Amino acid sequence: MTKKQSKLEANNLDAYYGDFQALKNINIAMEEKAVTAFIGPSGCGKSTFLRTLNRMNDYIDGFRIQGQILLDGRDIYATDVRVDELRKEVGMVFQKPNPFPKTIYENVVYGLKIQGIKDKKILQEACEKSLQQAALWNEVKDKLDKSALALSGGQQQRLCIARALAIQPSVILMDEPASALDPISTAKIEELIHELKKNYTIVIVTHNMQQAGRVSDHTAFFYMGELVEYAKTKTMFTSPSDTRTQNYITGRFG
Amino acid sequence: MTNSEKNRLKDKAFQVFGIFCTFIGLVVLAIFLIDIVIEGVGRIDWDFMTSLPSRRAARAGILTAWAGTLWILVLSALIAFPLGIAAGIYLEEYAKKTKLSDFLEINIANLAGVPSIIYGLLGLELFVRFMHLGPVLLVGALTLSLLILPIVIVTTREAIKAVPRTIRDGSFALGASKWQTVWNQVLPASFGGILTGVILALSRAVGEAAPLIVIGALAYVPFVPKSPMDEFTVLPIQIFNWTSRPQAAFLTNAAAAIIVLLLITFLLNGIAVYLRHRQQKKIKW
Amino acid sequence: MRVQEKIIEGLLWLSAAITILVTASIIWVLLSESIQFFSEVSIVRFLTEKEWTPLFADKKFGIMPLVAGTFLTTAIAIAVALPIGLTIAIYLNEYAHARFKTIIKPLLEVLATIPTVVYGFFALTVVTPFLQSFIPGLAGFNALSAGIVMGVMIIPMISSLSEDAISAVPRSLREAAYGMGSTRLQTAFGVMVPAASSGILVSVILAISRAVGETMIVAIAAGQQPRLTLNPLVPIETITTYIVQVSMGDVPHGSLEYRTIFAAGMTLFVFTFLLNNLSFWIKKKYQEKYD
Repeated sequence: MTKKQSKLEANNLDAYYGDFQALKNINIAMEEKAVTAFIGPSGCGKSTFLRTLNRMNDYIDGFRIQGQILLDGRDIYATDVRVDELRKEVGMVFQKPNPFPKTIYENVVYGLKIQGIKDKKILQEACEKSLQQAALWNEVKDKLDKSALALSGGQQQRLCIARALAIQPSVILMDEPASALDPISTAKIEELIHELKKNYTIVIVTHNMQQAGRVSDHTAFFYMGELVEYAKTKTMFTSPSDTRTQNYITGRFG
Repeated sequence: MTNSEKNRLKDKAFQVFGIFCTFIGLVVLAIFLIDIVIEGVGRIDWDFMTSLPSRRAARAGILTAWAGTLWILVLSALIAFPLGIAAGIYLEEYAKKTKLSDFLEINIANLAGVPSIIYGLLGLELFVRFMHLGPVLLVGALTLSLLILPIVIVTTREAIKAVPRTIRDGSFALGASKWQTVWNQVLPASFGGILTGVILALSRAVGEAAPLIVIGALAYVPFVPKSPMDEFTVLPIQIFNWTSRPQAAFLTNAAAAIIVLLLITFLLNGIAVYLRHRQQKKIKW
Repeated sequence: MRVQEKIIEGLLWLSAAITILVTASIIWVLLSESIQFFSEVSIVRFLTEKEWTPLFADKKFGIMPLVAGTFLTTAIAIAVALPIGLTIAIYLNEYAHARFKTIIKPLLEVLATIPTVVYGFFALTVVTPFLQSFIPGLAGFNALSAGIVMGVMIIPMISSLSEDAISAVPRSLREAAYGMGSTRLQTAFGVMVPAASSGILVSVILAISRAVGETMIVAIAAGQQPRLTLNPLVPIETITTYIVQVSMGDVPHGSLEYRTIFAAGMTLFVFTFLLNNLSFWIKKKYQEKYD
């Protein structure tokens, strides 16, 4: 599986919340323009790991890491790396849709505006392009100036994806992006992930193993802070090599 | 009578007592408001609102008093609003959980419990004597700003706390810095709540007399203040002064001035309640 | 950008730090003037003399009459506010409908928004004449009507804080009491009030602290005669009233008479500081217990 270049890599990564060790010696390389899924029971560290990939844990008191995370071969925790630059490269979509209490348009262009881009034309073009990429344009093009909170949950989540796309990242992290949505909205999000992986590297945390099976190329199974198994999704779901993985995907715990 | 019947009777009796207690305060309030209105409303006319104070009750007006109150209101808002919000933002968004931030917190809780008259002593010594500013509007506003600062800080923090974590995460994830997140997301989303708190705090400041008397605000000011460096009086001090006079005519003046003061207080509170209501309706997380 | 962020954070920190400066200034102002006062008047005299007449030719500096006046008006206020406030809290929690509660609570809060000078007017011109109609010995200025009116003002403070404390008691406890066939009254006094006792205590302590520092009601209605008495029918003077009285006069800054208000203010500050911190301490202990 090293045919394509690895986009994101973790080497000997440990993470702690105060005294509690949340991640133990994680080693993983994620392929470019592919979907990698993280699965595992609650509290296994998969979300913590996802959030170290764009340094979202930086603001948590007592959180620290040891080891390396490389994006395109560069250590993202190096002192000369600026967090805001990193997050332009690595976008994120959250578990619950979290649109800002502003208009749809303002939501999409927010990331560009805080970069200091004021040119209306650039912003409008970026807005349309991102919404089209997120398969939302046709539904909202006539109400861009309406509040984003008026959209349905599924639309809100696609808006959050559009918002992340607007700043043109190369990686998109998704933390259980469909867990708060109904089945139809979930299907739309999964379809969208299929589209997006042509241009983006996607890392998705999910509770739902069928979902992991449907959308991902590779799957990583986390258990109690350890990366137990990492393989092609097909391989993992048909012939897992570790008994813990087998127990989890056959539903014996979770 | 059986035991359980007795218990049920006691239960009923307490219920009646509970209703009585709930309404006694409101009944007292109602009696009082009616009394004030009957006594004072006839005295309110254009002359009363636009006349300077006078030794003769029938000629005295409250022009300087309400002008002073408005000045105090505006100046205190200008001082306490930015200061309190900035402190609230720091404590809620920036401060790490350290000994120092614990100390800051308990200190603010303590300040909120310091009697208003002590703030008067602070203003007297610090602004009037030490900084030689004299008993002017600016000193009154500074003193009252310090008095309401803890309230503004606490309500700002509560309003900010109500903004969900996910909004901040969303902003950070798009590459926004801490301040960009606070300025573009947290403050707009919590502004209604903050404003409500500030207005309630200002309504408290408008009703204060004690600290202003201590800094030396006068009961008798024969001119309308033109700048923050002018001497002043406010409605509560005017009311206090008239209430202390033995002649009935001055009590009527006091009642009339109370109606004006209460109108201002209720107006401020009404605006605050309205803003809170609108905020709750507008954003449902 | 980064520099800008740091500057902003620094400014925000400064705003928060001003609150420490305020506390320090209060303590410094009170201490420095009090120390000068006590260099002329011994603390023993201050605490033991039975008269307070710093403005007379024959000067006496015993704070006790002012403390007694403060204590008296506070005690009357609490005697009014505690039973009524606590009953309201229990009634709203155990008896009243939710809708009634949402209407009545903001109305009660109105009591707390009325300026105190207005309450003072009420005490002097309405309550005192009313009480005089059946208490013949009642003076025109007295602790009784000032205390009662102050109690009315404090009702919402006790009722809302106590109500919060009672409604914070776990549901399971109340359901257990009802399950054993208790009436609402038995549940309230047998289970809810004891379980919420520390929260209720906090509300009472904060109410006491508020009453001790209250100024305009007593300045208007309770008189300006320092008197070592617990008789509620005669004029007295509280610590706060004395400060107002001196401030209204033309005592020269820096004189001994001027410093008396800081010594009096220091006494008041110590009382309220101790009460407030006692309440914080109880609250903290109580929270730890339930978390």
